[in-house]
Amino acid sequence: MSIVVDTDACVGAGQCALVAPDVFDQDDDGIVALLEPDPQGADLAAATRAVRLCPARAIALAE
Amino acid sequence: MTTPERVVVVGASIGGLTTAETLRQEGYDGEIVLVGDEACLPYTRPPLSKQILMGEWEPGRAEVRSRTEIDDLDIEVRTGCPAIGLDVAGRVLHTSQGPLAYDEIVVATGSTPRRHPGLPTALTLRTVADAVALRDALRVVGNVAVVGAGILGAEIASAARKYGAETTLIGREDRLGFGGVGTLLSDRLADLHAAYDVEVLLRTEVVGSEPATDGTRVTFGDGSVRGFDLVVAMIGATPNTQWLASSALTLGDGIICDSAGAAAPGVHAVGDVAAWADPATGRHQRVEHQSNAIEQAVGIATRIVHGTESGRPIPLFWSEIHGTRINAYGWFDPARPLIGDASAAVLTSRDAADQIRGVVGWNAAPREFRVARAAVSAPSSPAPSRPAEPVEGAIR
Repeated sequence: MSIVVDTDACVGAGQCALVAPDVFDQDDDGIVALLEPDPQGADLAAATRAVRLCPARAIALAE
Repeated sequence: MTTPERVVVVGASIGGLTTAETLRQEGYDGEIVLVGDEACLPYTRPPLSKQILMGEWEPGRAEVRSRTEIDDLDIEVRTGCPAIGLDVAGRVLHTSQGPLAYDEIVVATGSTPRRHPGLPTALTLRTVADAVALRDALRVVGNVAVVGAGILGAEIASAARKYGAETTLIGREDRLGFGGVGTLLSDRLADLHAAYDVEVLLRTEVVGSEPATDGTRVTFGDGSVRGFDLVVAMIGATPNTQWLASSALTLGDGIICDSAGAAAPGVHAVGDVAAWADPATGRHQRVEHQSNAIEQAVGIATRIVHGTESGRPIPLFWSEIHGTRINAYGWFDPARPLIGDASAAVLTSRDAADQIRGVVGWNAAPREFRVARAAVSAPSSPAPSRPAEPVEGAIR
């Protein structure tokens, strides 16, 4: 599984960086920045939660 | 416990969509039917009053899932299909397209803007169609009255100024509101509007209006009359429960639910329409913020699939007003002023025991706000609102 982010769709809510801080960061405008495209273990679980909580559906898990 | 064969989700906005998606992601392999009254696919509402109103996004960008993505999850979507009644005992949803039997139902029918009795022709904002109509109107008018001094009123005033319209923001109370923060940010918001030449009229009642050749003549409580090219009313919303009036559900300001979102056997509710019991106070309260709908939806779906309870959602909402990004996270006590000086980018709300219950970011750097958020904790819950019950409809 790997993480894909869509910075055009991102609205900067910051949910991802809060629930999965080792996977996601935000730039100065709040837009998502991907730190770890291939998270494992607990980071993967946190990233899965971030995918769900993203209000803009700007994060996806890809096979 | 038996596996539900069909879960019906009524209401196809973000709460309904998140419920359906999470059910699938958590391993539910039965039938999922997502029923919505609008003709379009599920969309997210925050951009309606922000990017779409400002003309930065085309309306289609608010749609969060394509038909293909929804099909890939094997979710049946019925659009243009309003719900008209619910048979709780028989587990049947009645819709304009006929009855639909269910094993578990999640109600996510949202809310509708309240109509101002004195402003029958005022525009309002709830749907993507409303946002497009308002955007197009703001582009061509010289002056605008925005009635209602909450977040949406402020966002619309902000958009109106961006389009160059003379803008008057009108509130009945003596302070400006900001969602769950209440009026604690009123002074900062008033300064912000003043800096962008928005005329703010507080303690001001609108009592009536009449159409004029060039717009609307608005009559105020003191008898004065002013003309506006456009009038927008954002005076709150009422939960969409009319279709449930003859059902067995308990209705108050929304569908009355326990602290985990159960309204009756096999019936759950999420989002604007749902009044979950607050575990700390036992009071039933609706929360009209998108992140709340999403977290409630994740919690309900997880509960249906696994029978487990999830933690209490912490309110999160944000706005952009005249280019100032305002984020709020947590709980705010109207009696306790926010802590932070006039220039602080992060303001905190502390309870009587000095615990941080909420934070506000005012153009705060994302990282700074995130660090501040991490210090927020939920008020403790003295007792559950009702005795613990076995969880209905869990698969295992």
